[in-house]
Amino acid sequence: MASAKEVKEVLFGPIFANNPIALQILGICSALAVTSKMENTVVMCIALTLVTAFSNLFISIIRNHIPSSVRIIVQMTIIASLVIVVDQVLRAYAYSIAKELSVFVGLIITNCIVMGRAEAYAMKSPPMLSFLDGIGNGLGYSVVLLTVGFVRELFGSGSLFGYQIMSLASEGGWYQPIGLLVLPPSAFFIIGGFIWVLRTFRTEQVEPKE
Amino acid sequence: MANKNESLGKTLFVVIALCLVCAIIVAGSAVGLKPIQEKNAALDMQRNVLDAAGLLTPETNVVEIFNQRVETRLINLNTLETVDSVDGKSATDYDPIASAKKAGLGTKLEKSNDVAGIGSREDVAKVYFINGNDGALETVVVYVRGYGLWGTMYGLMAIAPDMNTIKGLNFYEHSETPGLGGEIQNPNWVASWEGKEIYDNGSVALDVTKNVTDKAHDIDALSGATLTSNGVENTMQFWFSDKAYGPLFDKIRKGELN
Repeated sequence: MASAKEVKEVLFGPIFANNPIALQILGICSALAVTSKMENTVVMCIALTLVTAFSNLFISIIRNHIPSSVRIIVQMTIIASLVIVVDQVLRAYAYSIAKELSVFVGLIITNCIVMGRAEAYAMKSPPMLSFLDGIGNGLGYSVVLLTVGFVRELFGSGSLFGYQIMSLASEGGWYQPIGLLVLPPSAFFIIGGFIWVLRTFRTEQVEPKE
Repeated sequence: MANKNESLGKTLFVVIALCLVCAIIVAGSAVGLKPIQEKNAALDMQRNVLDAAGLLTPETNVVEIFNQRVETRLINLNTLETVDSVDGKSATDYDPIASAKKAGLGTKLEKSNDVAGIGSREDVAKVYFINGNDGALETVVVYVRGYGLWGTMYGLMAIAPDMNTIKGLNFYEHSETPGLGGEIQNPNWVASWEGKEIYDNGSVALDVTKNVTDKAHDIDALSGATLTSNGVENTMQFWFSDKAYGPLFDKIRKGELN
């Protein structure tokens, strides 16, 4: 069994020290699409964390039996099955959210974080650690998404989780929402800002000048 | 170990076994959760109908109101006769939008007739008759749809029993730009439809326009969303004309629908 220190590193390392979005720049696509509302963002984060954790777990369990010639397709099959299950569960128990997220939940299959962790970590690590690595990377993804979602919903629609925080000018209030933030490209700016702040505090992440 | 894994037999075994396991899990979840999903989808549509009719508040018990006050009927738009079922589907299960594209259940529209850009129209309409608490007809809700800027906008229109005065509108599915055309879902804009009259001297007079001149029939267009606004206007022009609901509305107005 792995030591406590190792577990901690695997679980919390990806949040700031080795963040999949901020440092490895993986999984940007869904970070743009689902972050206009906090509610959707949270569901997407949970879905991705679960898929990454369980795909890592299952792949790690059978890692010694996967022929290397077909390993990518084996990983894809497992990930795709998990994503379909998540999509079906969402449709059954969170219908209104599933309606908005459906396309993006499907796209978790191609999310680079899931594949990246399966190939880079689960293929050579024991099941429990792989599972934790999946949770950790899911959390790292969630931190960035929630930050982006928070900024976009608060300043783009003046609300959080659907509750109006700042009354909108269009409804007789004082706040003129920033229209750009409602549109997906705005997430680029916020992620950029996030990386900037992160690297100000963790200077070791700054790339050397070429 | 590594060599054994690479053999053809082992590769085939792993792939086939994995596919079987995954297939069982996926099929199991899809079949097992299907009843709940269908119930959700039906409930969602009922919610949309009540929303259009202005009966949806956070406390509303959707199922209860639907059972007590709403009558769902299937009416053939060509013969104006009420039918019990279409293609084996009852009024509750019938999907007019999917049926429009099926041979025998829908009619292809000619380009010149197809102002809303929908391609084909269903033969049998699904109409919700909502009664007041006293049992008298209060609102009629019909499906409308038309092409906006990016895709088809699906809506429900609530109309008073005079089949002329609009009571509410709900675009429950669309792909217009958020913040611009997406404002067709904005409650304030939707509220501006209330009380407008569809017809003027028997022809569709609804107009979504920048310059509101005729207060009874004109609706202020969405700023920054000219093409979406045009799409909404075309949608109304099509569905309330003689090519779609016009004759049916005449019949309801005269109280001849039984």
